[in-house]
Amino acid sequence: MSITTTLPAETGNSTNWPEWFSKDQNEAWELFQSLPQPKRNDEPWRFANLKSIDLSDFHVSVPVQDGASLITRSSAHTNLAAKLIFANEVLIHNDQAGLPAGVLLLPLEEAAKNHEKLFRKSFMTSDVRLGSKKFAALHQAHLRSGAFVYVPKGVVVERPIEIWHWVEGENATIFPHTLVVLEEGASATVIDHFMSSRDERSLAIAVNDLTVETNAKLHYVAVQEWSDKMTAFHINTTEVEKEGVSTALQMNLGGAYVRGESDSHLLGEGSRSVMLSINPATGNREIDQRTFQDHFAPRATSDLLYHNALADSSRTIFAGLIKVEEHAHETDAYQKVRNLMLSDEAEANSMPGLEILADNVRCSHGATSGELNEDELFYMMARGIAPKQAAQLIVRGFFGTVLERLENEELQAHLGEILDRKLNL
Amino acid sequence: MSTETKPDIDIDRSVGDFRYEMDYAFDAGVGLTEATIDYISDVKGDPDWVRAFRKEGYRKFLEKPMPTHWATKDLESIVFENIRYYLSQGQVPKRTWDEVPDDIKRTFERLGIPEQERKFLSGVEAQFDSEAAYSNIKAAVGEQGVIFVGSTEGLKEHPEIFKKWFGKVIPSGDNKFSALNSAVFSGGSFIYVPPGVKVKHPLQAYFRINAQNFGQFERTLIIVDEGAELTYMEGCTAPKFETATLHSAVVELVAMKGAKIQYITVQNWSSNVFNLVTKRGIAHEDAEVKWIDCNIGSRLTMKYPGVVMKGKGARGEVVSIALSGDGQHQDTGAKMIHAADNTTSNIISKSISLGTGRSTYRGMVHVPKHLKGCKNNTECDALLINSHSRTDTYPAISVRGQGNAVQHEASVSQISAEQIFYMQQRGLSEAAAMSLAVNGFVNDLVQQFPMEYSVELKRLIDLEMEGSVG
Repeated sequence: MSITTTLPAETGNSTNWPEWFSKDQNEAWELFQSLPQPKRNDEPWRFANLKSIDLSDFHVSVPVQDGASLITRSSAHTNLAAKLIFANEVLIHNDQAGLPAGVLLLPLEEAAKNHEKLFRKSFMTSDVRLGSKKFAALHQAHLRSGAFVYVPKGVVVERPIEIWHWVEGENATIFPHTLVVLEEGASATVIDHFMSSRDERSLAIAVNDLTVETNAKLHYVAVQEWSDKMTAFHINTTEVEKEGVSTALQMNLGGAYVRGESDSHLLGEGSRSVMLSINPATGNREIDQRTFQDHFAPRATSDLLYHNALADSSRTIFAGLIKVEEHAHETDAYQKVRNLMLSDEAEANSMPGLEILADNVRCSHGATSGELNEDELFYMMARGIAPKQAAQLIVRGFFGTVLERLENEELQAHLGEILDRKLNL
Repeated sequence: MSTETKPDIDIDRSVGDFRYEMDYAFDAGVGLTEATIDYISDVKGDPDWVRAFRKEGYRKFLEKPMPTHWATKDLESIVFENIRYYLSQGQVPKRTWDEVPDDIKRTFERLGIPEQERKFLSGVEAQFDSEAAYSNIKAAVGEQGVIFVGSTEGLKEHPEIFKKWFGKVIPSGDNKFSALNSAVFSGGSFIYVPPGVKVKHPLQAYFRINAQNFGQFERTLIIVDEGAELTYMEGCTAPKFETATLHSAVVELVAMKGAKIQYITVQNWSSNVFNLVTKRGIAHEDAEVKWIDCNIGSRLTMKYPGVVMKGKGARGEVVSIALSGDGQHQDTGAKMIHAADNTTSNIISKSISLGTGRSTYRGMVHVPKHLKGCKNNTECDALLINSHSRTDTYPAISVRGQGNAVQHEASVSQISAEQIFYMQQRGLSEAAAMSLAVNGFVNDLVQQFPMEYSVELKRLIDLEMEGSVG
C-alpha cells in the first residue's frame, strides 16, 4: 500500500506515541493530502526533475532481516560518546556509555512521552518553507521513531554522537528524524549516517531540527551514503540563539534524486551559522539543494560554502537565499557555490539569491562553474600520476577546502577518510 | 553610522513633469477588446498579416497568467480595462520640426530634443503617445542606405526585411506583456543598416507619454547587417498623473555576422508608470550586442535585456544602472543565452536603493550542452542608503558540460561612515559627501555612456541634498 494513499493508522505499524502526538500525526496526514504536488512553475522546484518526486509506488518498510550484520556495518568513528542504530526505523543498537551525566539520548517516542515539554519546544516547530512542506507533513504523519539529543546547560560532550539510519527493501520508505537541543553554553558533535542495506530503490524522507541556544556550539554532519537508486529528502531547520554557533555539513555521496533543504534562522544577536556541503555527483544523480540564511537579529553571521563536482550525466541544482530582515543591522552573510564540471553531459544550475531589508550589512554571494585546471593536471601527470588519479586528487582537494571549515581536526580527518574511500583514493 | 543622521536623497525627476492639454484625432477609447485591435488596425491601415498577428497576440495575452508567482504582486494594480490603448494626432510623422503641430512641438522643445539632434545625432524619432510626431535622418546617413523609420512605415515599405525578423527574436507569447504589445503595438523604430556601414553618430528615439491612463506600446526592430555598426539611444519621460500609466515595449535587435549594436536607454518615467519591457538581441557569428540600460524613473520597472549568442565568437553585454527612490521598484537584470562555441557574455549591474526604494536584480545565464569555450562574467553591486531601503538579487545560472567558465558575484554595501567622515574632514558637508560617494559608486559605468548621455545621467543623479541633513 502506498505511503501517499494509506492512513498511517491503517498501516498496522502502531507505535508507542502518546495520544497528543498521534493527533498531530492525523493533522499532518490531512495537511499532506490537502497540499498540492509541486508543479513545474513552482519557484521552489525550478529546474527540479518532478518525475523523481512522484512517491505513489513507495510503501512503508517492514523490519529488516539481519539486524546484526547492519550493526557490524555501522562502524565509522572509533572514539565515540554514543551510538544509536536504526534499521527501517527500529532501534536495533543503543550504546551511550560515553555520555556525560545529564545528557539525554533517547528514541523520539520516549522523549515525547517522558519529556513532553522539551520535545514540543523543538519538534518541527518551524514552517517548512523551501518547497517540501507537503513531504515534511508526510514525514510527520508516518513517523515511528528517531533520535532525540538533549544537552543541558553548560555540558560539553567532547566525543561525537553517531546516529545510523538504515533502509532496506525495494520501494520501502523510512522517515529518519534527528532532533538536537543544546542548552545555554552546551556543546556537542552529532553525526547522522544515512545508509542503504542493499543496492535497492527505496525512499527516505528525513527531517532534522537543530536548536542551538545562547553560547552553545554544535557540529552537525550528515554523511549520506544511500544506494545509487535511492530517492531522498533531507529537510533541515536550524535555530541559533545569541552568540550560539552551528556548523552543519551535508555530504551527499549517494542517491539517485536527493533533495536537500537547509533553513537556518539566526535568531540571536551575534549568532553564527556555517552551512557546508560536499557533493560528488556521478551517474544520473540529481542533487537538488535549497538553502535559506534568514537573519532576524543584528550582528549575526552566516557563511555558506557548497562544492559540487559533476561527473557523467549528473545534475545539480543550488538555490540559496540570504535574507536580512528589517533591524538585523550589521549582518555578515556569505554564500558561495562552486561547480566543478567533469563531464560534457553534466549540468549545474545555480540560483544564489539575496534579499536585504536592513542597512549596514555586509553580504556577498558567488557562483562559479569551471573545469579541471589543466596546469594542475599536467603537473601531476609529469610526476607519473595517471590522469584519472590526478583528476580524483584535484576533486579531493576541491572538497578538502570545505572540510577545512570544520573547526575540529579530528572530525576533518575522519570525514576525509570517508571521502577518500568514496573517491577510491 | 546611525541611520537617523543619513540624509534623504532626492533625484531630479522634475524635468519631464509637465503636460499640455491635447485633443486627439484618433482615440481607441478605454479598455481592450478585439474591437480595440480592429480600430488600431483600421486606423493604421495594417496589412492582413499584421492584423492576424495582433489578434494572435491578444489571444496569448488573455491566456497567460500574471507572472506573480515570481514577480511582485504590485503587477495586480494594473487595471487593463481602465487603460487607453491608442491615442494619436495622425499616423504619419513629420520630417521637419516646422511641420510638427505646435502643441506637440513645444513638449519636445522643452525636453531639448531638436537641440540635441542638431548637435550630435544622426537621426531622431520623437514619439508622442501612440505615434511618432517627428522622424528624420540626416541626409548623409540616409544616402548610405540606412533606413530609420517608424514601425508602421517599416512593415509597409520594407516588408522583405521586416517580416523576416519581426517577432522572431521575441515571439509574441514570450510573456504576458510581449503578447499585449503584439496585440496593440504602435510606434517605435525600424532600423536597417546595410553591410559594412558604420553609422558614426547615434540614432535617437524619444518616447513621451502625455495622456492620463494611457498605455504606450512601441515596437522597435533593428537589423544591422554584416560588419555594420550602430549606436541607438532612447529616452523617455511622462508627466506625473494621479493614476497609473503603462509602458510596455518590445525591442528586437539582430546583429548579423561581425556587426555591432549598442543600445542605450535612459529611462526617467514619472513615478506612476508601470514600465514592463521585453528587450532581446540575436548576435550572429562574431557579432556584438551591448545593452546599456539606466533606470531612474517609473513606479515599477521590469526589464531584463537579453542576448542570444547564436553564432561562434558572438558577444553579449549588459550594463545596468538602477536607482530606486521612495515607493519605486526597479526590477531589472539580464538574460544571456549561449548558443554557440566561444561565445562570451558580461553582465555588470549596479543599483542604488534610497528611502523606501527597492532594487532587484534578476539574471539568467544559460550554457547548453556540447558547447566549448563559453564564458560569462556577472557582477552585481547594490548600495543601500537608508534603513528602509531594500535590495534583492535572484540570478539563475545553468551550465552543461565542461570547457566553459561562468562566474557570478554579488555584493551589498553601504556608504561607510569612514568615507563620509574622511570627506567631512576635508570640508565637505555631509550631503555633498554622500552625493560624491553615490556618484563614485556608479562612476565607472557612467563612463561607458556616450559623452552627451553621461552628462545627462550625472545631472539626473545630481542629488539634491539641501535641507535633508537633520
